[in-house]
Amino acid sequence: MARHRGRGVATINYPIGMNLGGDPSQALVHSNPTGKFTVALSSIDLGQGMKSVTRQICAETLGIPVEDVYVDTADSDTGPHCMGSFASRGTHRVGNAVMAAAREARAVMMEAAAEELEVDPGDLETDGRGSIHVKGAPHRAISVRDVAIAAQFRQGKTISGRGIFLVPLSDVNPETGEMSPATCYAHACQIVDLEVDDETGEVTVLKMTSAYELGRAINPKLVEQQLVGGSWMGMSHALFETPEPYYPDTREGPRDFNEYLMPGPGDICPHDIVVLERPAPDGPFGAKGPGEMCANPSLPAIANAIYDAVGVRIDELPITPEKVLRALKVRGRPEAPPRVR
Amino acid sequence: MKTSIQFRLNDEEVATFADSGSNLLDVLREGIGDLSVKGGCWQGTCGTCTVLVDGMPRLSCVTLAESCEGKSIETVAGLRQGAKLHPLQTAFMERFAAQCGYCTPGMLMAAKALLDREPNPTRENVVDAICGNICRCTGYEPIIAAVLDAARAAPRRS
Ligand code: FES
Ligand code: FES
Repeated sequence: MARHRGRGVATINYPIGMNLGGDPSQALVHSNPTGKFTVALSSIDLGQGMKSVTRQICAETLGIPVEDVYVDTADSDTGPHCMGSFASRGTHRVGNAVMAAAREARAVMMEAAAEELEVDPGDLETDGRGSIHVKGAPHRAISVRDVAIAAQFRQGKTISGRGIFLVPLSDVNPETGEMSPATCYAHACQIVDLEVDDETGEVTVLKMTSAYELGRAINPKLVEQQLVGGSWMGMSHALFETPEPYYPDTREGPRDFNEYLMPGPGDICPHDIVVLERPAPDGPFGAKGPGEMCANPSLPAIANAIYDAVGVRIDELPITPEKVLRALKVRGRPEAPPRVR
Repeated sequence: MKTSIQFRLNDEEVATFADSGSNLLDVLREGIGDLSVKGGCWQGTCGTCTVLVDGMPRLSCVTLAESCEGKSIETVAGLRQGAKLHPLQTAFMERFAAQCGYCTPGMLMAAKALLDREPNPTRENVVDAICGNICRCTGYEPIIAAVLDAARAAPRRS
């Protein structure tokens, strides 16, 4: 009867978005006569920060303050098409589409500004604070707002842009069958320290230590938020969430939060996180995506740590106390006292 | 049968008619129109509908509305004082303690009940206070950190 400590490690290569190519998302960007810009998307922000990140990407590409960009994700009936918010694809796919749309809109904005200032558009630059001026001559300037008014009421131009990101279909080498199914991979490594009680089968996660490589972190606080929440979800998948013990008759499965369990605030553990930023060549400003990928390493790392702790290899998730006890019954309890580290 | 119910909601007297046997959650949302209170499970298991009844956290979905006659009820809609956010609201923002935000009203009220009662909570106190509230997004750590921050930031009562 003892509690045994174990440590497990897992690493993952996570292909961003759907494999084999395709996986498109579209964005439309336009200004209104106040010089504020709207990004129209069908992509959904379900709390992960899609709106914030696409807003930053649009503002940076246009060269205007982030406050002047509004992201409208309202309606898949009326918005441009998107495959959806999953597979860590939002920042990468939608971000790229927004960037393309904002580039096209910026070109029109610069042309309209050039017409007002009577210069060549190539001689103009944005200051990121809402003004456009002649390179090297900041006093020859016009505000984005005045450009938008001129475009609308005098020049008869829409300052707008269309963007789509479509991954080329993956080539297959006919000789070898070799292919590269994705263009962009995020990476992670996680170490989990935990304790297994050989009497109750209960697993207590004590500490997580992780490194994530996810391209440029466009919004570091949102990235951290994803990583913290995602590893909680990984722990939840590894140890808690299940339609058992009633499976396969799902009519007998859990019906509510009393029966479908997840770790609560008392089940979480300290988590040391390091973020490595290696810009992705095909990502918007080098970004990949942290969303779904960060939940992945916790599952194998926890399974490995349990093996390290009590020598049982459980290959069906979630690893409930019942499964641990059954496996221990077959294998026999490990020697007590637990190993000291 | 409709019955009249009267109580204080965020320091204002309110009254409405409701089917007798109604739960407080439906009365607050549909009868009074306070949509800051959210319903998740309607069976007392998720915690998002938490409101304070005479200062105590209560799951409004399983609280009989009539049992609140004459009592004082607090919801998230009453948290901020004029233009000034409650320290908990500020801390939740600064700690990025909300993602989808669905659990947030319940978390805020559960945390407020704690801080009203225990201005210097330990981490364990915070975990106890919010352990009936389910969050699917944040992993709880940012919420715990925010509540501890808010406790530190709040003006000390002497
Ligand atoms: S709605 Fe009341 S506890 Fe879920
Ligand atoms: S923020 Fe989504 S449930 Fe808590």
